Amino acid sequence: MKLRTELRNREREQYDFQWRLLAALLFVITLFCTLVARFVYLQVIEHQHYQTMAETNRISLVPIPPSRGIITDRNGVVLAHNYSAYTLEITPSKLENIESTINALSEIVEITAKDRRRFKKLADESKDFESLPIRTRLTEVEIAKFAAQSFRFPGVEIKARLFRHYPMGQSASHLIGYIGRINDKDLDTLEQDGRLPNYKGTNHMGKFGLEQSYEAYLHGKTGYEEVETDAGGRAIRSLRQVPATAGNNLRLTIDIQLQQLAEKAFGDNKGALIAIDPATGGVLALVSRPGFDPNLFVDGIDPQSWKELNESPDRPLNNRAIQGTYAPGSTFKPFMAMVALETGKRTAQQGMHDPGFFVLGTHRWNDDKRGGHGWVNMYQSIVQSCDTYYYQLAMDLGIDNISRYMAQFGFGQKSGIDLPGEKIGVLPSQDWKRRAFRKPEAGKWFVGDTISIGIGQGFNTYTPMQLAHATSILANNGVIFRPHLVGFIEDSATGTQTKVEPKPIAQLPFKPANFDIVKAAMVGVNKEGTAARVFRNSEYVSAGKTGTAQVFSLKGEKYNASRISKQLHDNAWFIAFAPAEKPKIALALIVENGGFGAQAAAPIAKIVMDYYLLGKQPTEVVQIHPGSNNAEPQTDGEEVLVD
Amino acid sequence: MIKRILARIASPVDGWLLFFTLIIFSVSMVLLFSASNQSTEKLVNKSTFLAIGLIAMWVVANISPQTLGRLALPGYILGMCLLIAVAGFGDIVNGARRWLNLGITRIQPSELMKIAVPLVLAWFFSLYEANIKARHYFAAAIMIAMPAILVLKQPDLGTALLISAAGFYILFFAGLSWRIIGLLALIGAIGIYIVMDWDRCTQLFHDFQCRRIEVLKNPMDDPLGAGYHTIQGTIAIGSGGVFGKGWLKGTQTHLDFIPERTTDFIFAVYSEEFGLMGNLVLLILYLLVIGRAFIITSSASTLFGRLLAGSITLTLSTYVFVNMGMVSGILPIVGVPLPLMSYGGTSMLSIMICIGLLMSIQRHRKLMKS
Repeated sequence: MKLRTELRNREREQYDFQWRLLAALLFVITLFCTLVARFVYLQVIEHQHYQTMAETNRISLVPIPPSRGIITDRNGVVLAHNYSAYTLEITPSKLENIESTINALSEIVEITAKDRRRFKKLADESKDFESLPIRTRLTEVEIAKFAAQSFRFPGVEIKARLFRHYPMGQSASHLIGYIGRINDKDLDTLEQDGRLPNYKGTNHMGKFGLEQSYEAYLHGKTGYEEVETDAGGRAIRSLRQVPATAGNNLRLTIDIQLQQLAEKAFGDNKGALIAIDPATGGVLALVSRPGFDPNLFVDGIDPQSWKELNESPDRPLNNRAIQGTYAPGSTFKPFMAMVALETGKRTAQQGMHDPGFFVLGTHRWNDDKRGGHGWVNMYQSIVQSCDTYYYQLAMDLGIDNISRYMAQFGFGQKSGIDLPGEKIGVLPSQDWKRRAFRKPEAGKWFVGDTISIGIGQGFNTYTPMQLAHATSILANNGVIFRPHLVGFIEDSATGTQTKVEPKPIAQLPFKPANFDIVKAAMVGVNKEGTAARVFRNSEYVSAGKTGTAQVFSLKGEKYNASRISKQLHDNAWFIAFAPAEKPKIALALIVENGGFGAQAAAPIAKIVMDYYLLGKQPTEVVQIHPGSNNAEPQTDGEEVLVD
Repeated sequence: MIKRILARIASPVDGWLLFFTLIIFSVSMVLLFSASNQSTEKLVNKSTFLAIGLIAMWVVANISPQTLGRLALPGYILGMCLLIAVAGFGDIVNGARRWLNLGITRIQPSELMKIAVPLVLAWFFSLYEANIKARHYFAAAIMIAMPAILVLKQPDLGTALLISAAGFYILFFAGLSWRIIGLLALIGAIGIYIVMDWDRCTQLFHDFQCRRIEVLKNPMDDPLGAGYHTIQGTIAIGSGGVFGKGWLKGTQTHLDFIPERTTDFIFAVYSEEFGLMGNLVLLILYLLVIGRAFIITSSASTLFGRLLAGSITLTLSTYVFVNMGMVSGILPIVGVPLPLMSYGGTSMLSIMICIGLLMSIQRHRKLMKS
């Protein structure tokens, strides 16, 4: 019975299948008829129309690249702009022998060895049919000379192009960034984002700094011109033009005079400084020394300059402000004090006796002051930068508390500043150590690890940006703004201005009284503490904290600047804000291998704040003497107790 | 001896199918010479692809449908694993994560699924022959949806639709009720209605996908960007007229206006140089291949063979229609190559495997008659 129904089913299925196959055949025929209908429409009915279009496909669309947005500082001083200039360009695919052509050209216009090297590098990186500049910024005489002989040089043309120029040169180069020629990788990204059509006719795009991060705003919208061409592709007349829309302008929060003053104050020292307006998060100055000239990159950098910049041990292309990570040293202490107050592990009055060292098991951590600071409470611990207080505090808090609270100040996290490539440094935690070390036993957290973190040594490293951000949050009683360099974006067509970061992003849930305690102690630093000498006779009340961070660990040796090479000298730190009661500027700065914070870093902070708050130019040329050994107490050190 | 070897080689091959295939291939070689600006390198490469394809075809044709059925599920599972791997750590090319780098070579697992999905579904339904219930269709729909969704996420809407179509054809031939087919057609119509409007479309799909539909309505809105392909394709076809501009004489082609002119847009070159007459000849050649496939489907002896052959037949037709449709501006631009004509190793290989599958079904139809 079952077998029979199955057989019947089988037959029915077969029968049904043949019908369905017929339906499918009809479906296919319908599809093909649709195609035939479309072909008849295009090729018979509308043939004339398309015939003309194909002929006038000689009407070619010539893209009109937009003019790139201009970057100015907060007062409207131009930091990046465009100018029009004539270039001599070669299309390699149209030439048989590039070398001999260049040689012949060099008899008419000046072509230096540097030009040749740069051209060769460009040619290696580009496709053959692209038109590449061999000489930029031709003079009128040179243009006339070439024009007279241009018939000798098929494949070589003079073109008018817009060039990017950075009038400030080395100044603020890390934040402004630069544009460079679009390479294959850029093309891929542009295509991914669907932005490629808008880059037809454009050869450059932002590669670094704000030029990179605001590329979408700065670039503008490409227009096009319908040009009628003859069969050989030469333009006869213009039929229609859709003009390009210029890119939007950026108005920065940077004060370029402040920036240049700060850069000058660094002298030949390496380092970084970030000054922030705590009330808005707007960055007033962002210094990374040494700098570089972004103009080198615009026409394609020649290999030699590139090599020099890239291989220099001073790493000038590195933006130390957001990419350099350093142990914060004693500038970490005010934040440790905030954690202590917030967790209730310390009150402001609670004190301890500092014998000059801290002992745990067989380890001994020395204070910077031989013999100790005596009786210290929180205020004194910050003003005198007492290490022992923080060794003990770190142990009492434990690493979990420290990492949880420090994260709220932005340590170990991106500040979110509008620059590409920001590093996060290391905010140590048990979890971090487990991941950082491959072997389980090495990845275990020891109480001993916590001790030196209390004074900003040990595993923790942060960017100067993070320190400036944290100082700004502290100055602002816990109100957090995202630090930003661009104040507003100005629409080039309508002139409407869009604020980039109008509102605070968060508010730390800390007690205002606790902020007051720590801030008062920081005022004490500049009044009667480690930075008092620098800030005496100041016309405003400022708050600060010095830091002197070890670059490497001196195992059982005393730090003696004259005996170790410059790269191993201590890093000098200073964080500050002013005026103390209603801060208008908060900053963090580091002088690499500068020695003592009070001596190498604090004077730069003074110059910056004097200028910003009082408009005062520095009266004397500041001389920083790194590594002399009489001002601040000895550096913090850890040594193994030998009994 | 040699005769016997030749006979062994020829035995699994379906003469008609191979004959029509090779004619289309020959046309494509003549065309490629023009489209590639007379590049012998491309001609040599394309011949190599054909050679590899022929070997693959022959090998597949030798495998009996029973063995194919046994390979179906493992093949499908492998394909799914590769797709998941792509989603996890595939290479991004042109904005979509489609390629999987195997160290030696990069593969596009979604291509594999175009064959694996119909294969596994045909096997699945043949398990329940004469006793197919609603739940089996439902299970099959899930087997289609899983790879289709993964491919859609890459994002590759074109391939996702083609995989779904190949699967759906199996459901159709397996006897999916006409009422459900009507319902699906209705859903499809609503879908088209949705995507025809920019605002409605962008809520569901990527901007760039919607832009392709938008420019179909008015290509001149974005003549340098999304509309460029469509404009240049229709100009090429339209200007070809009834008899074409002649071989090597297409201005659209040789003045560099047609994009992707050796691959997805090769039909624009063909149409410009050979005109409406050429188009009709090519359509007839494809119809001959498809017609032969219909005959093979119709005479297949098992349910597995019928379903697989039917799906392949309709899939081939769909490729031809979708490619010509997009080049001539009635369908949005999705990356579908024209079978046998477009330059490209993967596409050639998968088409030849499909033809090999048809041959296998044709050859083994008597052996399996129960």
